[in-house]
Amino acid sequence: MTQMVDYADAVRRYDPVLGIEVHVELGTRTKMFCAAEVEFGGEPNTQTTPVSLGLPGALPVVNGTAVEYAIRIGLALNCQIAESCRFARKNYFYPDVPKNFQTSQYDEPIAFDGWLDVELEDGTVHRVEIERAHMEEDAGKNTHVGGSTGRIHGAEYSLVDYNRAGIPLVEIVTKPITGVGDRAPEVARAYVQALRDIFRALDVSEAKMERGNVRADVNVSLRPTPESPLGTRTETKNVNSFRSVERVVRHEISRQAGALDAGRTIVQETRHWHEDTGTTTSGRVKSDAEDYRYFPEPDLVPVEPSREWVEEIRATLPELPQARRRRLQTEWGYADAEMRDVVNAGAIELIEATVAAGSSPAAARKWWMGELARRAKQDERELADLPITPAQIGELQGLVDSGRINDKIARQVLDGVLAGEGDPEAVVVARGLEIVSDDGALLAAIDEALAAQPDVVEKVRGGNQGPVGAIIGAVMKATRGQADAKRVRELVLERIGA
Amino acid sequence: MTDLTRLSAAVLAEKLRAGEVTSVEVTQACLDRIAAVEPAVHAYLHVSADEALATARDVDARRAAGEELHPLAGVPIAVKDVVVTRGMPSTAGSKILEGWVPPYDATLVERIRAAGMPILGKTNMDEFAMGSSTEHSAYGNTHNPWDLERIPGGSGGGSAAAVAAFTAPLAIGTDTGGSIRQPGAVTGTVGVKPTYGGVSRYGLIALASSLDQAGPVTRTVLDSALLHELIGGHDPRDSTSIPEPLPDLVGAARRGAQGDLSGVTVGVVTQLQGEGYQPGVQARFEESLELLTKAGAKVVEVSCPHFEYALAAYYLILPAEASSNLAKFDGMRFGLRVEPEDGPVTAERVMAATRGAGFGDEVKRRIILGTYALSAGYYDAYYGSAQKVRTLIQQDFDAAFEQADVLVSPTSPTTAFKLGEKLDDPLAMYLNDVATIPANLAGIPGISVPNGLSVPPEGGDALPTGFQVLAPAKADDRLYRVGAALEAALESRWGGPLLDRAPDLG
Repeated sequence: MTQMVDYADAVRRYDPVLGIEVHVELGTRTKMFCAAEVEFGGEPNTQTTPVSLGLPGALPVVNGTAVEYAIRIGLALNCQIAESCRFARKNYFYPDVPKNFQTSQYDEPIAFDGWLDVELEDGTVHRVEIERAHMEEDAGKNTHVGGSTGRIHGAEYSLVDYNRAGIPLVEIVTKPITGVGDRAPEVARAYVQALRDIFRALDVSEAKMERGNVRADVNVSLRPTPESPLGTRTETKNVNSFRSVERVVRHEISRQAGALDAGRTIVQETRHWHEDTGTTTSGRVKSDAEDYRYFPEPDLVPVEPSREWVEEIRATLPELPQARRRRLQTEWGYADAEMRDVVNAGAIELIEATVAAGSSPAAARKWWMGELARRAKQDERELADLPITPAQIGELQGLVDSGRINDKIARQVLDGVLAGEGDPEAVVVARGLEIVSDDGALLAAIDEALAAQPDVVEKVRGGNQGPVGAIIGAVMKATRGQADAKRVRELVLERIGA
Repeated sequence: MTDLTRLSAAVLAEKLRAGEVTSVEVTQACLDRIAAVEPAVHAYLHVSADEALATARDVDARRAAGEELHPLAGVPIAVKDVVVTRGMPSTAGSKILEGWVPPYDATLVERIRAAGMPILGKTNMDEFAMGSSTEHSAYGNTHNPWDLERIPGGSGGGSAAAVAAFTAPLAIGTDTGGSIRQPGAVTGTVGVKPTYGGVSRYGLIALASSLDQAGPVTRTVLDSALLHELIGGHDPRDSTSIPEPLPDLVGAARRGAQGDLSGVTVGVVTQLQGEGYQPGVQARFEESLELLTKAGAKVVEVSCPHFEYALAAYYLILPAEASSNLAKFDGMRFGLRVEPEDGPVTAERVMAATRGAGFGDEVKRRIILGTYALSAGYYDAYYGSAQKVRTLIQQDFDAAFEQADVLVSPTSPTTAFKLGEKLDDPLAMYLNDVATIPANLAGIPGISVPNGLSVPPEGGDALPTGFQVLAPAKADDRLYRVGAALEAALESRWGGPLLDRAPDLG
């Protein structure tokens, strides 16, 4: 077992280079090459046709919507869109590939030569060059039954579900990502996260990491200095969360540095990521023996998106996440650091909706990044998962703005909403939290307080306003905090005649 | 009483429409004929008598009710076993698909069913359409009705023999390198390979996707046109299907039958005659040329210099595509499943055992060839070069069609050879398709029309020869015009169809 090198030490002595392949399942209604309907969670082998089962005689037909989605992705990643491109067959025998070949684009991707600016948490921007984005079909899903690991080794038998077979995928391949140094893990994570946000903004995929809609293969290599030739890379497959992407890069840097320190060479291989131990283990060694015998798919004609169509798609692209962030920051008047915190907390949509519900941007940020962030952290849940909606926060802030409750009461109202007692208005009424703005009721409380503290009255009349607070405090206590303190002060002074 | 089995589809269709016969009568006549001659011919792998009669009864009832029916409604048909048929076995002549019953119909089968044509059964063929004699079927030989000791051609020997033996007026074939036309030539029947993309390939068990094309197998040129119009035309389920409508094929056949070919230039391809062609085959070919000239056609000689590489290119492209197309036969989802005799039962070992047991030698030979041709490091030298040759052959055709409206040649260099004669010599077998392969490589249409008899070099009874007509892509109508003109001229010389001279097997 290779000695792991401390991460900071590793990146001091080696220059890491990344390459990331991201697969995204497109959210089309039907599959890449047939009319089988796609829906998450169906009974096994119910979403199939002769085509996606690879039955003799069946032929593929390209899903036009999938092509459109692929072009959208390509354009969002600043890629060139091919005028003509073909599918190829990638031949290999495996039971989850019904035809024993995967129909995939090979040397003629639909999109190529792009880039994406990736912003790290501290605001540093790193440009990731995109090599290509190509279309392909997903494989079925194997379940290995028996044995302890759930892996094929030691299993008694395996089941195959072809519902996933033929779901359209777009694979996005970066050029080598260099010059990132010790920030390599962050860049990797931020890149995959940025892609996920783009997929959602483009509405081409639900892009749920936990469902495997987005999967990353992470390539890492080390070299002594940025001037050295690229080192041998390893490819860690099917990394399914942002956090794991970051951890894989970190782990591989430490592991490879250890191997290189020990004078060993890195083997070009596929590695598996183990979430539980935070380590990778060796998979299959990539060698010349792996020959997919690619050749152009003779059952399909070339895909030739007209320039008019491409421009039409470009013109109707939605606002992308980065541009949207910049626009909203300007509209909301947030400082850079404030905006970054909002982004990192995943609160953009929440704040946007809260503002739409009538709140000021400042108040919306105050709620979501303050009290609500605190409660989310306390409950160990995401902000968006709190049982309160932006509309309710907007309503709550409206109550404060109109002076019907004060900030302190608002927190009690929040408690009520979070406890499921209904909308803010209803909570205010039910809990009787409305500010006492009836001067008569206040005056009664004030007179009572004045009578109880004649010494204070004397002092104030003598020109010392300091002790007025004691009277106000007594009034507030008497009204259970529901009085407007400012008004109480005015009335007290009026009453004393000072 | 007329023997219904000897009538052409066009005549049967007319009699059915006129109410002179019923589909049940016609279908039953075919089934009776099958019962009588099948023991000797073995053209069918599966006979679907009950289903055919049910269709016949249904169409008779609909006709009686005054329903508007397709012109071929009630005319029975046989279908090559490489075409998938819902609820009917479809083995493609292979053990690996023994017992598989497809859950869906090929597009052309849907059209046949929609037209109300009773499907008599599935016809024998070389395994996965690999062969020129039907001897590579896993289910026994089909015998040539002209001489039961001889091959019926291949791969579609079953369809050709069924039609030649009068067990079906019509049949479906598929042609990847000549599998419709060469069996037509050696059995005295008409066979048409349409323009690539002219008939949907959806539901054809693929041999070589860029070469395969289904087409009609019949006894007359007009019958082929009628069937071609039914099964042809655009299909959105086949991406390579031609979107434009078919030309008027039946009209072209009727026009040709009137015998006037004035204004038509016929190009004789220098490279598709002479050496390697039997003298009798060559003689019949030249006589046919004279008849075309008499009908008013102008005959010119054209050269297609790259045809000499066609066979080599074909035997790289076909195995390469086949090696990939046949990968799905692995015992995992359908068909034969063989577990290894000893050792662990893993997916990989089941796949290997199934493929080892399920595929015949010719199939294995071509899978190995194709796998090799696509391998890294060899791709450019083999598959890549073959594709370049393919382009050159297309250019040869383009140039030739600048000089002629149609091109002609003998369909096959020889008459039917004896069963077993070439079984151990794959190269000799492959040479049988030398004249038909270029059309597949270029995607152009071709027809084979029976054009006489020739005594084989070793002596014995005279055997049929075929005349091939080739046309530019999407100009399939020219095949029918020239083919029908030649057929009319020959039949008037012979005083009837060539098949009248075939032995009566009954």
